[in-house]
Amino acid sequence: MTTTQRPPTSGTQPLTKVPRRRVVDRGGSRVFRWLATGAGVLILLVLAAVAVFLVLRAWPALTAPVSELSAEVPFFQGGSMLEYVGPLVFGTVLVAALALLIAVPISIGIGLFISHYAPRRLASALGYVVDLLAAIPSVIYGLWGALVLAPAVRPVWRWLNEYLGWIPLFGGDVSPTARVLLTVAIVLAVMILPIVTAVAREVFLQTPRLHEEAALALGATRWEMIRTSVLPFARSGIVSASMLGLGRALGETMAVLMILSPGLLYSFRLLVAGQQQSIAANIAAQFPEANPLGVSTLIATGLALFVITLVVNMAARAIVARRKEFSGAN
Amino acid sequence: MTAPTVDATGSAELRTLLRQVDRRRHRTDRIMRGLITAAFVIAMIPLVSVAWTVISHGVQRLNGYFLSNSMRGVFGGMDAGGIYHAIVGTVEITLFATLISVPIGLLTAVYLVEYGRGALARSVTFFVDVMTGIPSIVAGLFAYALFAVLLGPGVRMGAVGSVALSVLMIPVVVRSCEEMLRLVPNELREAALALGVPRWLMIIKVVLRTAIAGIGTGVMIAIARIIGETAPLLITVGVIDSINYNLFDGRMMTLPVYVYRQYSQGLVPCREGQLDCIASINYDRAWAAALTLIVIVMLLNLVARLITRFFAPKTNG
Repeated sequence: MTTTQRPPTSGTQPLTKVPRRRVVDRGGSRVFRWLATGAGVLILLVLAAVAVFLVLRAWPALTAPVSELSAEVPFFQGGSMLEYVGPLVFGTVLVAALALLIAVPISIGIGLFISHYAPRRLASALGYVVDLLAAIPSVIYGLWGALVLAPAVRPVWRWLNEYLGWIPLFGGDVSPTARVLLTVAIVLAVMILPIVTAVAREVFLQTPRLHEEAALALGATRWEMIRTSVLPFARSGIVSASMLGLGRALGETMAVLMILSPGLLYSFRLLVAGQQQSIAANIAAQFPEANPLGVSTLIATGLALFVITLVVNMAARAIVARRKEFSGAN
Repeated sequence: MTAPTVDATGSAELRTLLRQVDRRRHRTDRIMRGLITAAFVIAMIPLVSVAWTVISHGVQRLNGYFLSNSMRGVFGGMDAGGIYHAIVGTVEITLFATLISVPIGLLTAVYLVEYGRGALARSVTFFVDVMTGIPSIVAGLFAYALFAVLLGPGVRMGAVGSVALSVLMIPVVVRSCEEMLRLVPNELREAALALGVPRWLMIIKVVLRTAIAGIGTGVMIAIARIIGETAPLLITVGVIDSINYNLFDGRMMTLPVYVYRQYSQGLVPCREGQLDCIASINYDRAWAAALTLIVIVMLLNLVARLITRFFAPKTNG
């Protein structure tokens, strides 16, 4: 079909397009056009430069022999660069995944509450209140998590350890200060709530009105309507929202740095101190006192973090973009 | 149309069926309503808790002395010290970051809205989105690496922090400006072009002028977003106890880093009966600085809202 129709259209298009462009761009317009295009290209260059400069500075550590690394870099552990980065990547992914596990159900709840349960007039105000959570700087979450949340959850963690200690996650010697991964995960969950909620809410509001009304007309209760028409429609949106949240949680520094008591182990013990550490917090902790090779090592770990978040974010954005093309809204 | 005739027994059965409430379904409905409302309430707990603790802990120490003095010569549990040097650093570094980000961000938004077609525009849009997800610490490492290559390793100065912050700020500016430029009605553009105005003048005098309130709001929100960034400043600008006005020479203190620094110094060991020593002085300062930071962020958000309210173009009339 399409191949048979193409020749006539391709014959007429250049005739209408080419002359218009030549008339429009002259003098100041051309300069301005190049300025604007240049700014767009600059952004691509900056992103490329981030990768290039990180590789450039990480190179000494990536190529240095392990003996030199362990001799000169006091915080270096393990038999190779990979063995050093491994536990850090593990800790980063574990804490981010936990935060996501806590945040996503709550975000979906908030999104549904704002889009389908709250009175219409209140909805935008409630959305604004949730966005306020995003306005609080991360260092303040760190301060709050360490000085307020950690003491508050201490008895809960002790209880979990006592009664659910047979689950490996909650086993081990429970930390008396509660500066453990689970506390950090809660703070991170709070921090990513607003972004996940914002995307989820948007998608819920896009559900075709007719689907919802059809479900209600068939006698569905409100929850059944949500389960049969809203949630299936929003599934890919929820996935991409979670991935955006994951990207945010992976790179979060201050909350982890200020709350967690760090360690470099592949450990699933969530209530024991000194087990895990995230890449970002490790960089912030070691960077100020690191020697040149140490800085280089840290930048190499930062490169790993950059690649991980880049992949997660690109996947999330790709899902969003694909969704836009096929969504029923247009 | 003829109404279907129903015999007496059938209609009675039907009626009872319709009257009957399906208990299980309604219970599920009510439970889910409860859970969904609970989710919202749960999210409010940390917000209220953070706001309450920051205000109640911070307000004791937040006074004129605290705002107008630096930490120079302050040690141990001395009842002294303030955040003047941190405010200076935060204001200068943030302003310089804004100075870098706004032209680039705004021009990119103009490109995307007015010129952008094809693969380049699509990839710019995509990578701006991706850029919003760059971890702040990676932005800090980038700025550090950039200046280390240009000026030699170990450079610590305010401008490096500004570059790191602008990596985080540019995508936010692009996003919000793009949205605002798209709101400008096409009729205005066409009217200007029809009068023979060159395209670039049309963009500057018509499009940007119409969208100026929205752009102002977007910039304010972007500033509010980056003013609380800690990690990139911690590794690029460092910490210092005295006032440094020079962006291009030496370490500077900033408010978020100050909060972290005071927190990490922890409790002060005081001798028994020592009167001029406050054990929790560092935490007190951290809370007070945190309160200052939150007030600044909220003020920026408020100003952003006010700009939209008072300067928004009247589109219908």
